[in-house]
Amino acid sequence: MTELPRWADVVLVPLINIALAFIVAGLVVLAIGQNPFDMMYFMVKGALGSSSGIGYTLYYTTNFIFTGLAFAVAMNAKLFNIGGEGQAALGGLGAALVLLAVDWPHWTLALPVAVIGAAVFGAGWAAIPAYLQAKRGSHIVITTIMFNFIGAAVIGYLLNGALKKPGQQVPESRSFSDGASLPTFHEMLEPFGIAFNKSAPANVSFLLAIAAAVLVWLLIWRSRIGYEIRAFGNSPGATLYAGISSVRVTIIAMLISGALAGMMAINSVMGQQERLIKDFVEGAGFIGIAVSLMGRNHPFGIVLAAFLFGMLNQGGFELMWEMPEISREMVLVIQALIIIFTGALVNMTRDPIERIFLRLHKKRAA
Amino acid sequence: MDFLQFLLTLDSTLRLSTVLLLACLAGLFSERSGIVDIGLEGKMLISAFVAAAIAYESGSVWVGLAAGMAASLVFAMIHGVASILYRGDQIISGVALNFFASGLTVVVGDAVYGQGGQTPVLAGGARFNEITLPFAETLSGVPLLGPIYSELISGHKPLVYVAFLAVPLVWWVLFRTRFGLRLRAVGENPSSVDTAGVSVVGMRFKALMITGLLCGIAGAYLSTSQAAGFGKEMTAGRGYIALAALIFAKWRPIHAMGACLLFGLLEAIANLYPNIDVFGLFTIPVQFTQTLPYILTVIILGGFIGRAMPPASIGQPYVKER
Repeated sequence: MTELPRWADVVLVPLINIALAFIVAGLVVLAIGQNPFDMMYFMVKGALGSSSGIGYTLYYTTNFIFTGLAFAVAMNAKLFNIGGEGQAALGGLGAALVLLAVDWPHWTLALPVAVIGAAVFGAGWAAIPAYLQAKRGSHIVITTIMFNFIGAAVIGYLLNGALKKPGQQVPESRSFSDGASLPTFHEMLEPFGIAFNKSAPANVSFLLAIAAAVLVWLLIWRSRIGYEIRAFGNSPGATLYAGISSVRVTIIAMLISGALAGMMAINSVMGQQERLIKDFVEGAGFIGIAVSLMGRNHPFGIVLAAFLFGMLNQGGFELMWEMPEISREMVLVIQALIIIFTGALVNMTRDPIERIFLRLHKKRAA
Repeated sequence: MDFLQFLLTLDSTLRLSTVLLLACLAGLFSERSGIVDIGLEGKMLISAFVAAAIAYESGSVWVGLAAGMAASLVFAMIHGVASILYRGDQIISGVALNFFASGLTVVVGDAVYGQGGQTPVLAGGARFNEITLPFAETLSGVPLLGPIYSELISGHKPLVYVAFLAVPLVWWVLFRTRFGLRLRAVGENPSSVDTAGVSVVGMRFKALMITGLLCGIAGAYLSTSQAAGFGKEMTAGRGYIALAALIFAKWRPIHAMGACLLFGLLEAIANLYPNIDVFGLFTIPVQFTQTLPYILTVIILGGFIGRAMPPASIGQPYVKER
């Protein structure tokens, strides 16, 4: 049986699946008595129609690149790291602790240290499930889910106690020093004479995310450990005979994964909130799964998919003003449908397409 | 803490355990058949919404319950089609269905009722009422046993009794019937079941149907018994706690009841006594009590207290040999 041609596998099948997801989402919109084409128009307009919209879209894109890359690194070792949510939350704690501890004079000094703080805490939160998987065989899916909840409780406890801004009821920390404020796109583009919306949260972390994507590509496809990760993911048995330690690969892959998830906090906590708040992750950890799936666990695909999901997220917020009859949660429905069709039901479209190609192939041979 | 207060804590435990127990037993069927079900949460959520909406529209809680079970069944079947027929990833399918439920309930709820995803408050016949068991009044005077009977055992909503009576029934089905034997076999070694001439696909679909129906009852309980209407994200992670309880119980029904009672007790304590002062030495923060189920599950999974061994072929799609 011949495999699908690569272009069909990488481009055609995902496009058909996304189309199916949007068709079903359209049916949901029709069912609640609204016009799906209007919705699409307003969502695209909200996401890309102004520099403010683009700024928000790229801000969400940055979050999703980090969490998508995080999921992909673990997935290349066939480790299902569903704990991006908790690792990102802990990453926020790590970044916040660093940024609260010192009165940073300039962001160029604060950023590298905050990145280390976020990455170390994120990796640390992935380390225990990784160890339990590698050494004791406990299923990583369940342990990482549990760690999401434990992580949320840790943050909740600290924000209601030790880290809470004095004399205040809201569970959030005090603001970081002005010196730790990251330059936004507005500030970055001003010297070039490009006017970008002042309040849009897109910031220099976007470039960090792109750099992370390049590094992940180098790591997975151009390095020794990356080869070991992929080999372990594709055939754990063969790697055993090749003398690659499964414990080492599992733990390293999960540490990198956790560190990447944690770095999401640089964009959100350091770049936008400039203080630690509860629930700043806002499901980005879970969306990372969808982003990585759509991007086929490849950094290039992940950046594209993250942009699509960033558009959806921002477009959904704008929808609130244009079509208040459609709740913002419509975004969740679309995201869920994309995951269902590109992830869970992928073989539903892949099998028939494979059959069509097989028939064409036979005809040509005959 | 006096005796009555102690009884009230246990009473609250029973009510809070019910939803966990129903979801846990639901997960037990799916996982025993070899299908991972991360989607307990989503199935409960969609059922909670549909049950509340239909109970409100029809004025009958029983109609609501049936509708909720049907909605949860549809979700279970989508999971089945994805993971059994199309050999899709079961975890991805579960995660997606959870997303789908949390989005769909609010989108539809908001479009219909315009209350930010909430359904109108249920009253009268649109909600389950307490059942007073016979002689509860007369026996309440008996010392010790009287209050236990009248306060703790009597006076719950019907679905509480359904959940706890389901435990011996599930045990019997799983360990004493032909269906149960095949179900366990299909989760451990599907090819042996196939060789014996029993359809693996059929068994797994049947298991998922039971999962769907039980999750449906759990969701309906939340919105029509525990609360009086649906609220956005009202399952609040209970599907995951039920999953944790299932692992904690090592996929056994009687132990599942124990685990759910323990986790329900922790929830009751967290609700009634948020911060516990231990002899004035230190306080146990409410977050710790709330998180203990997850911590305990990780410890169990790590094999530090006994060993939790899942069904051998869990998570693997079955492909018939040709």
